[in-house]
Amino acid sequence: MIGLEHYLTVAAALFVIGIFGLFLNRKNIIILLMSIELMLLAVNINFVAFSAYLGDLAGQVFTLFVLTVAAAEAAIGLAILVCFFRTRGTIDVEDVNVMKG
Amino acid sequence: MMSADLTIVLPEILLALYAMLALLGAVYTGKDDTASLLTWLTGGVFVLLAIWIGTTGGDRVTAFDGMFIADGFARFAKVTILLSAAAVLVMSQGYMERRGLLRFEYPILVALAVVGMMVMVSAGDLMALYMGLELQSLALYVVASLRRDSVKSTEAGLKYFILGALSSGLLLYGASLTYGFAGTTLFSGIIAATQGGVSLGLLFGLVFLISGFAFKVSAAPFHMWTPDVYEGSPTPVTAFFATAPKVAAMGLFARVVFDAFGGVVGEWQQIVAFLSVVSMFLGAIAAIGQTNIKRLMAYSSIAHMGFALMGLAAGSAFGVQAMLIYLAIYVTMNIGTFAFIMAMEKDGRPVVEIKALSLYSKREPLRALAMLVLLFSLAGVPPMVGFFGKFYVLRAAYDANLGWLAVAGVIASVIGAFYYLRIVYYMYFGAETEALDGRMSPVLWTALMGSAAIMVFGVVNLFGIEPLAAAAAATLVH
Repeated sequence: MIGLEHYLTVAAALFVIGIFGLFLNRKNIIILLMSIELMLLAVNINFVAFSAYLGDLAGQVFTLFVLTVAAAEAAIGLAILVCFFRTRGTIDVEDVNVMKG
Repeated sequence: MMSADLTIVLPEILLALYAMLALLGAVYTGKDDTASLLTWLTGGVFVLLAIWIGTTGGDRVTAFDGMFIADGFARFAKVTILLSAAAVLVMSQGYMERRGLLRFEYPILVALAVVGMMVMVSAGDLMALYMGLELQSLALYVVASLRRDSVKSTEAGLKYFILGALSSGLLLYGASLTYGFAGTTLFSGIIAATQGGVSLGLLFGLVFLISGFAFKVSAAPFHMWTPDVYEGSPTPVTAFFATAPKVAAMGLFARVVFDAFGGVVGEWQQIVAFLSVVSMFLGAIAAIGQTNIKRLMAYSSIAHMGFALMGLAAGSAFGVQAMLIYLAIYVTMNIGTFAFIMAMEKDGRPVVEIKALSLYSKREPLRALAMLVLLFSLAGVPPMVGFFGKFYVLRAAYDANLGWLAVAGVIASVIGAFYYLRIVYYMYFGAETEALDGRMSPVLWTALMGSAAIMVFGVVNLFGIEPLAAAAAATLVH
C-alpha cells in the first residue's frame, strides 16, 4: 500500500535534486530553469498528496495556482535569458560573472 | 457578501485595473511617448491611494473567508510602500528619460509590483501570500533587466530571477509542509492548530517559510543576490529595490510569524535573532571593502534589514512597533541617498565610484551637507533620526530579554559607521580628482533635501509616526 509518506519522500527527493541542480550545475542556464521547475513540481506532489490525505481541496487549488505561476515564471525567465544571450553571446553558467558575487 | 469582500480589497483592485488600463492605453496611443506622463500619473495614483488607505480607519476586517486581512498593520505598511514607490517613480523619470531607458512598461510594472506588495502585507492565507509575492517578484525580475542592451543589467535580472525562484521554491515547500501538518492554508487555522505546540513537520514548514522570507528581505545568509542585483540594475530601479519591496517583505514576514505562528513565539524567535545578528555583521563588515556606491548600499541594506529583524525577533508588540518605525525611517533615508547617487554623473554618464566624490563639498556644499546628514543618519549617529530607529529596535530586543542581541547590534552599528564615514571623508577631505559635473533636477534636489531635513527635524517627535506605528503593531500582536 502506498501511503502519504511515500509521496512525501518522493517529493523531498525531487526537491533536493532540484536544489542540487541549481548549485552544482556549472554548464548551462537552461538546466537551472529545469531545476527550478523540478522544485516547484516536487512542491506540487506534496500539496496533492496532503490534499488527498486530508480530504481537503485547498491543496489542489494551491497546486493549480503554483502551476500557473510556474508557467509565468518560466516565460519571464526565458525572456531574461534571451536578453542576456543577446548582450553576452553565451548562456554558460560560468560566464554569468561580469559582477563578482 | 461578495460585495462586502470586494469593498475591502477595493484599493488593490483599483490599482490593478489602473495598471491594465494604462498598459492598454499606452499600447494603443504613443507607446514610449506617454512614458513620462504615465510615470507621473502612476506616482499620483500611488499618493492618492496612500491618502485613501491612510485616512480610512476602522478595525481589523477580513475578506474572502479570512484570506485577506485589512488592519492597522496592513494600512501602515501599505502607506509606506505606496509613498516610497511614488517618490522613487517620480525621481526615476528624469534620469531614465535622459538615458533613453524610460519605457512605458516601467511605471506599469512598478504599479503591478505594488499591487503584489499590498496583497503581501494583507495576506491571511498561504495562497494569498504566494500570489502576492509572485506578482511582486515577477514584476521586479523584469525591471531589474530593464536596460536590455547592458550586460550588467541583464545579468542582474538573471541572477535575481534564479535566486528569487529558488527562494519561492523554498517558501512553497514550507507552505506545503505547513498546509499538510496544520490541515489548512488559513493563518487563523494554522494558529489554532499550533495551540498545543508545533509538530516536527510544522516546524520544518516554518523553517522553510522563514528561509524564503529571508531571501526576500535579503537577510544573511540568504543575501547573495543583493550586491549584484543592486550593482547591475539601473540606479532608479536599485532605489526601488531598496525601499518598497523591503517594507513589503518585512511586513509579510511579520504577518506570518505573528498571525500564523504567534502562539509559538519561542519556536521562531531564535531563528529570527540569528538572521538578525548575521545580517548586521555581514552587512557591516563586507561593505568596508566596497568601492562601488551601489554595492555599498546593498550591504548597507543587508545590515539595516538585520536591525529591522531585531525588532521582529523581540516577538512583542513593541518589537513590531520598533520594526515599523525603523522601516519607515530606513525608506526615507534611502530615498534621499539614492537621489544623491542618481545625480552622480560625469559628462552625462553615471558614476558609481566612491572615490569620484573626492572634495565634493568644495563644489556642491549644500548637497554634500545633505548627504552628510543622511550618511550620519544611516550610521545611526545620535542627533539624527536614524539613531532613534536603532534605539527603538535595541530597546525592543533588550526588553525581550535578548540583551546579547542588542549588544551585538551596537557593535555592528559601530563597525558599520566606518564605511559611511569613509564617504564623508572623501567628500570633505579627499584628494583632488576629476570633478563630477552632474546637475541635479529639481525633483532629485527636493527628494535629497527633504529627506535630509526629515532626518534633522524629525528628532522633535518623529513626525508623529510613533503612535501610528504603536497602533499598527497592536492590531498584529494580540
